[in-house]
Amino acid sequence: MNKVNEDLLRERSKCTFNIEELTHFLDGGIEVTLERKRREQAVLSKREELFCGVPDEYLSHKEKYENSIRKGTILFKILRQIYNMENSNLSDYRNVLNGVLGASISQDGSPFGLHYIMFMPVLISQADEEQKKKWVDRALNCQIIGTYAQTELGHGTFIRGLETTATYDLETQEFILHSPTLTSYKWWPGGLGQTANYCIVVAQLYTKGKCRGIHPFIVQVRDEETHEPLPGIKVGEIGTKMGLNSVNNGYLGFDHVRIPRTNMLMKHAKVLEDGTYIKSKNNKLIYGTMVFVRVIIVFDSVNYLSKAVTIATRFSAVRRQSQLKEGEPELQILDYVTQQEMIFTAIAGCFAMKFNARRLWDTFNGINTQLHEGNFERLGELHALACCLKAVSTADAARFTERCRLACGGHGYMHSSNLPLTYALTTASCTYEGDNTVLLLQTARFLLKVWREIDTVPVTPTIAYLKTVSSPGFQDKWENSIKGIVRGFQIVSMKKISSCVEIMTNKIMSGMSQEDAWNTTSIQLVSAAESHCRAIVLSTFHEDLSKMSSTVSAPLAEVLQQLLELYTVYWALEKYGDLLLYTSISKTDIEYLRRWLVTLLGKIRPNAVGLVDGFDIIDEMLDSTLGAYDGRVYERLMAQAQKSPLNADTVNKSFHKYLKPFMKGKL
Amino acid sequence: MAEHNVCVELVRERQKCTFEVQELIHLIDGGITATEERREVENVVCTDPRIKDVVPEEYLSHKERYENAIRKNCILQEILKKYTEKRTWDNFRPSNKYRISSGVVKDISPFMLHTGMFIPTLVNQSDDEQKAKWVPKAMSMEIIGTYAQTELGHGSFIRGLETTATYDPNTEEFVLNTPNLTSYKWWPGGLAHTANHCIVVAQLYSKGQHYGVHPFFVQIRDIETHVPLPGIKVGEIGPKLGFQTANNGFLGFENFRIPRRNMLMKNAQVLKDGTYIKSKNDKLTYGTMVFVRVIILFDLAFELSRAATIAVRYSAVRHQSQLKANEPELQIIDYVTQQHKLFIGVSTSHVFRVVGLWLWNTYVKVNADIGKGNMDQLPELHALACCLKAVCSRDAAARVEEFRLACGGHGFMTSSNLPIINGIVSASITYEGEFSVLMLQTARFLMKAWNGVLARKTLTPTVSYLSKFSNSDRVQWANTTAGIISGFQAAAAGKTKEAYAAIQSYLKPGTDYEDAWNSASVQLVSASEAHCRAILCEISWSEMQRLSKTVSPNLGKVLLELAELYLTYWSLEKRGDLLMYTTISTADIAKLQARYEELLALIRPNAVGIVDGFDIRDEILNSTLGAYDGRVYERLMEEAKKSPLNAEPVNESFHKYIKPLMLKAKL
Repeated sequence: MNKVNEDLLRERSKCTFNIEELTHFLDGGIEVTLERKRREQAVLSKREELFCGVPDEYLSHKEKYENSIRKGTILFKILRQIYNMENSNLSDYRNVLNGVLGASISQDGSPFGLHYIMFMPVLISQADEEQKKKWVDRALNCQIIGTYAQTELGHGTFIRGLETTATYDLETQEFILHSPTLTSYKWWPGGLGQTANYCIVVAQLYTKGKCRGIHPFIVQVRDEETHEPLPGIKVGEIGTKMGLNSVNNGYLGFDHVRIPRTNMLMKHAKVLEDGTYIKSKNNKLIYGTMVFVRVIIVFDSVNYLSKAVTIATRFSAVRRQSQLKEGEPELQILDYVTQQEMIFTAIAGCFAMKFNARRLWDTFNGINTQLHEGNFERLGELHALACCLKAVSTADAARFTERCRLACGGHGYMHSSNLPLTYALTTASCTYEGDNTVLLLQTARFLLKVWREIDTVPVTPTIAYLKTVSSPGFQDKWENSIKGIVRGFQIVSMKKISSCVEIMTNKIMSGMSQEDAWNTTSIQLVSAAESHCRAIVLSTFHEDLSKMSSTVSAPLAEVLQQLLELYTVYWALEKYGDLLLYTSISKTDIEYLRRWLVTLLGKIRPNAVGLVDGFDIIDEMLDSTLGAYDGRVYERLMAQAQKSPLNADTVNKSFHKYLKPFMKGKL
Repeated sequence: MAEHNVCVELVRERQKCTFEVQELIHLIDGGITATEERREVENVVCTDPRIKDVVPEEYLSHKERYENAIRKNCILQEILKKYTEKRTWDNFRPSNKYRISSGVVKDISPFMLHTGMFIPTLVNQSDDEQKAKWVPKAMSMEIIGTYAQTELGHGSFIRGLETTATYDPNTEEFVLNTPNLTSYKWWPGGLAHTANHCIVVAQLYSKGQHYGVHPFFVQIRDIETHVPLPGIKVGEIGPKLGFQTANNGFLGFENFRIPRRNMLMKNAQVLKDGTYIKSKNDKLTYGTMVFVRVIILFDLAFELSRAATIAVRYSAVRHQSQLKANEPELQIIDYVTQQHKLFIGVSTSHVFRVVGLWLWNTYVKVNADIGKGNMDQLPELHALACCLKAVCSRDAAARVEEFRLACGGHGFMTSSNLPIINGIVSASITYEGEFSVLMLQTARFLMKAWNGVLARKTLTPTVSYLSKFSNSDRVQWANTTAGIISGFQAAAAGKTKEAYAAIQSYLKPGTDYEDAWNSASVQLVSASEAHCRAILCEISWSEMQRLSKTVSPNLGKVLLELAELYLTYWSLEKRGDLLMYTTISTADIAKLQARYEELLALIRPNAVGIVDGFDIRDEILNSTLGAYDGRVYERLMEEAKKSPLNAEPVNESFHKYIKPLMLKAKL
């Protein structure tokens, strides 16, 4: 290992807690840490093939794709080894590929990602037993490579609006897939461009002349031997994007393509040979998959943000700038309070969201079991919770990642810092799998319903607070404590929800339609749903940390408590307009909170580097000139720049061809 | 502009427009002649077939992309040279006349700093003899230059720069040296492979004495061969979040000698014998800094207008979800949450433009005074330019991201051009003065002003409101535009007062002022921001009001709606501040909210007309989503088809990597 930068050495020696203990805690136990490290070692053993050569960002779009296919197949081989070695199941497979490990090999996403994240899970959850036998093993072994095609060029969030048709032909017992318009082309699926040969296609089902709504079909799109697109299939990639440039997102159109009847995934709904349509017994089960994907996204947000804060914190410990006092050396920028505010709040955000992701995961598992037992009572609550947590966690991750990037000044703008790409990946998640505004409005719909029924229907856990803070005996007395702030956020949420109900009721009474009343109130509805989510995030962080703080050593518990306080006070100050408007907080209280914030920043300062070391993100995964463990920031920046093919020649050929003639006025 | 095949939605939107779009266009350009001249330049450039790309630049490798940018920018400059034979320094003022450069390459030109920094510095800091020698050559681009100040290890803190220029009286030369890795120049645009000259900012040593940083005119490459001169180490720094074609470079010196007269000597001088003659006023260099910041503000207004045009037109074309069952899917611009994302950005572009012009006029006036030896207004202008640059760059980046997210997944496509605009805009938050550093400079000015308040002195115009509100705890609120403006001033005064008090309270015995300053810095930044917001509100309102009287009533009404939207939006955003420092009530806030929603509805029918008023040609917009004809889906598909990956049905990586992987699985 390289010599570590002296500032970082000093920072690490100041740390008051055991960093490994934190790592184990974050991983979920020492065994999990060890398993993760074993897998990392397996990947690092292919260092030459995976981490050397000209960095991706210098390549053309096409070369980048080809390189990601090359690396992806190497990763597959490693995965097979791990799979055989550990005899693990599908979810481990996905963990390895979808986790930060896979991302480190193709930093900008993988063309094989959706094969694991969507193609296989959908097959498993929506194919019947016979279909599963036919497809799942082939998919698991990569004999076929698939993706999932739902979104169309003209249709995203509103699934009912999809245009692709699957019409049952009784004569041949086949479905005819067709793209009737340009807007009905499938658009976005990862790996669809040049990689996948199979695809789950979501299309409007027609049998016996009737539309039966959207259903999933498994469709072969390319020849297994030649990889040529099959007749009637128009497939290609959609072009470059802000990020995810190695994902090979594609488009797909059908010109009367025929597939066997048994290619409709028939675990739930069915079409019989004679064209009879048999409805799904419960179409709500499909919500389970949606919620699952959103839980994963919340975890991903934490991972991305952990990367960003690791980079920003280490860089800020190494970077020195400006003399605070004449004659003294330039200060580590981590000593500036404005810098601390930007970075430490983001560190605290990682912890807050980690606790919430875990709680959401547990809630999901609990309710999912009920769903499979036919009990759908808490589905609405779970759905509303996952919607707003997905929206708030992705928006926060993007926002804090961007703050971390800006905290690194100009160098954060360098691709080699890896902050631009990390931001691109976090911000992508603000619109995919449910646009954040749409999701918050779904949560709002649930909240309004709950509020209208609050006196008559028993309340479930995540909304119980609404009843508490609105009960007649409740006393709103502001308290400058974590508990007091959480309570304050709950009051804000309750009052915003009740105000929305009131505004809408007035509009409807004055003759406005329900829908127009909803639309014209929607800015406030989004705001109410966000406040609800903030109340949940704060209270979950608070409750779950209190529960587990006795299970860790005292020094670690102390730091975690400081992070909880920082996160809570930070959000109180961010949202002090809400608190002033809806609670009894006073000007003096706010001044108190401001000082509390500065005090907390000072307390966390000596442990900052230790905290991000605790995330234990290895350099190959972090892939950052600014954030490496050794802190050799400037050496790495220069070394990375030297890899530019432009720097291989002292004079670029465009000088002779264009620049010189131009300067001489002879172009 | 091509009128054929405009999509029905946009045709309908344009019919609804209540004002004359041409009139708005002339207003923005600054008169009908200015519009005609701009269009003439655009026509000349756009009709040149050499500027059209077959493969869009984002598909090229980093190196190819640079070469393409050089080729096209040379062509552009040649066309412009012919067009404007008599281009003079007087042309360097805020104007949209040459925005066509954004249509030639999508990202930043490698010549940007030649016109943006090299020429202005030569003009402002050379003595007359030097000017006569260098400026004509630079204007005609016989030489191409850039400006090298920032180093790998040093940014905002200019005194910390390490590059040295040591005077050798024997040869009457300066010897330039780069003592450390951290002292390499790093970032200058065009430095890597494009410029053959460079202004270098270095620590001056003469007669064994250190005299601080000074600018030097340095040739770095041979005029004929373009080979770096002996003792020069130069290259590019690698890919970034944006600015991919800016050709940002690094530069190191090893005993590199330049003639004595290559030091820019308008202000300070070194005589032949090495005697150093101090500048009469070291604040003179502020002039260039202010000039650059004014230009940045104006550029931000332009970039915002591009993003606004794209997002608004797309939102009029895109349909999604039925608001009411059985009705067709709604244009997404009809969702109030969408209007909330869009219209404030449209309004902000106008606000930045009018405030930018106001700042420019102030700058011209102050500059004229400086010419007469009067520097009194310089500190105020500097403080103003600092906070305006900081706040506007951050606001612009936030608005562009909001526009991008408002376009859902398609906004993530490079072909939407929103990712590239985001790259251009967000860079400005850290370059030319990092956000927090600039905010704290303005805060220093505010603290001095507050001392003035306490001493009952008369304050300069932009801070005179501080005295007005210094004594009241909460200022009387009025729900009018004037009331909002004085509310923001009250908030700024209140925050300034509290930040001042915070410093005092941290100043315990034994604490340095600078430590107290650091502890209070989060509040100081907040005070600066409030001050800046008050300026933006006050100036934009008075300017828009003034302009509205110069145009026909229908357009005047729209201008006032946009200006009022800005005030209302920010008073709701910052209602916490208003609750703290004014007597605003809950009912007042509800009224503001209602008024805000009303303004959205008022602007809605004119939205497309308003962005048409920016009159940005399709070639400058560079966007599949934003073109004048609204053929969004056709353009997305046409653009995707240009991907080199789509040129072949099967990519070679299938045979090389994927097929072997699949086969191995079968074995």
